Amino acid sequence: MYTQGLDQKSNRSDVPPQQDDAAAVAAFQARVDAEEKIEAKDWMPDAYRRTLVRQISQHAHSEIIGMQPEANWLTRAPTLRRKSILLAKVQDEAGHGLYLYSAAETLGVTRDEMVTDLLSGKAKYSSIFNYPTLTWADIGAIGWLVDGAAIMNQIPLCRCSYGPYARAMVRVCKEESFHQRQGYEIMVELCRGSSEQKEMAQDALNRWWWPSLMMFGPSDQHSRHSAQSMAWKIKRFTNDELRQKFVDVTVPQAEFIGLKVPDADLSLDAETGHYRFGEIDWQEFMDVLAGNGPCNQLRMQTRRQAQDNGGWVRDAAQAYADKHATRVAA
Amino acid sequence: MTGKDWPLYEVFIRTKSGLSHRHAGSVHAADDEMALNHARDVYTRRNEGVSIWVVRSSNIVASDPAETDAFFEPAKDKIYRHPTFYEIPDGVENI
Repeated sequence: MYTQGLDQKSNRSDVPPQQDDAAAVAAFQARVDAEEKIEAKDWMPDAYRRTLVRQISQHAHSEIIGMQPEANWLTRAPTLRRKSILLAKVQDEAGHGLYLYSAAETLGVTRDEMVTDLLSGKAKYSSIFNYPTLTWADIGAIGWLVDGAAIMNQIPLCRCSYGPYARAMVRVCKEESFHQRQGYEIMVELCRGSSEQKEMAQDALNRWWWPSLMMFGPSDQHSRHSAQSMAWKIKRFTNDELRQKFVDVTVPQAEFIGLKVPDADLSLDAETGHYRFGEIDWQEFMDVLAGNGPCNQLRMQTRRQAQDNGGWVRDAAQAYADKHATRVAA
Repeated sequence: MTGKDWPLYEVFIRTKSGLSHRHAGSVHAADDEMALNHARDVYTRRNEGVSIWVVRSSNIVASDPAETDAFFEPAKDKIYRHPTFYEIPDGVENI
C-alpha cells in the first residue's frame, strides 16, 4: 500500500558498510543522472543497496500488515457485492507485498530474512495500520484517504532509478486506483444515506485524516535521508511536497460529498492555489512508530499467529514435494 | 542465507497470443506445480496472461553486467549490418 519516508536504521546494521571505490561511485551517479535504470546485478554503492532494501522491505511489510484493518470487516461487509470487492482488495494487498518482496530479493536479501525481521519487530511498517477500523465507514476512509495517499507517494516511485522496484510500482499503481475509487464510493453512498450514515462517514474522516497526512513521513527539515534519496532518484519529491499535493486534491473531494476536513486551520491560499493546513501532531506519529499506537501489539500478534498457523500447510507442501521428487527420481 | 526459503522461481507471462513471454517477477514454491499456481495468483489476478512459464532462478544463466561492454563488443563495429549503412542514389524507389 505504501512506504513511509522514515529514517530507520538499516536492517543489516550488523554488517559494516563496504568502502566503495570513488570512481565507481561517480560512474554510478552519472548513470543515475542520465536517467538510466539500475538493474539487479549492476554495480551499486553499498549505501544505495541498503537504502533500497530498507525501503522496499518496509513497503512490503506495510502491504502485508495493511491487510489486517480491512480484513476486520470482511465477515461484516453490508452486502455480498461489498464483501467480494473487499476480499479482492485484501488479496491485492497480499499481491503487492509479494511483488515488493520479490523486488527486494533482487538486491541480495532473502525472503526469510525479511519475514524474520518483521516478525521479530526489528523491521518497521507504515504507522497508519496501527489504527483500528471501528465502523464500516472506516473501510471507505481507508480506500479513499490511505490508498489515495499511497498513490500520491507511489506514482513517482514508478520512475525510481532501481528497475525492479520501479516495475513493481507500475503494477501496484494500476491496481491501487481501484482501491481508492471503491473507498470513495463507500463514502459517497454513506453521505447520500441517512443522517446516521453521514455521521458515520464524518466520524471516519475525523479519525483517518491526520494519520493519513502522517503517512508521508516526517517534515522535510527532519527527514535526514531525503536529500540522498533524491540524488539517487529513488525519491522524486520530498515528503512535504507530496503531503501538500494530497491535501490539495483531497479537500475538494471531501467538500463534494459534504464532509468537513477536521482541521480548523485549513484554508485555501488564493495566491498559490494551495491549501494551508494545521500542524501535524508529530508526537503521536513518533509514539505510533515506537510501537505505542492503538493496535501495534494486535497487528504483530495477528501476523505471528498467521505465520504459526500456516506452518503445517508449509510442512505438508514440502513433504509432498519431497515425496514427488523421490518418486520421479526412482 | 538461512536456507528456510522454498526455491525461487522466475515468472514469465504471455499477455495474449501473438506476443512473447515477458518477465513479471518471482515467487517461492515447494515444487514446479505450486510455482505455477502461485505465479497465477500473484501476477494474473486481472487476466493479465494466457500462458505462464516458471523457471527456477538458479537455472538461469545470465551475462555479467560488469562485462557488458566486452561481451557485446563484437557487434559494435559492424555498422554494415544495418540497412542505413548503404548509400542508395536519390530517385531509386522501393528499396
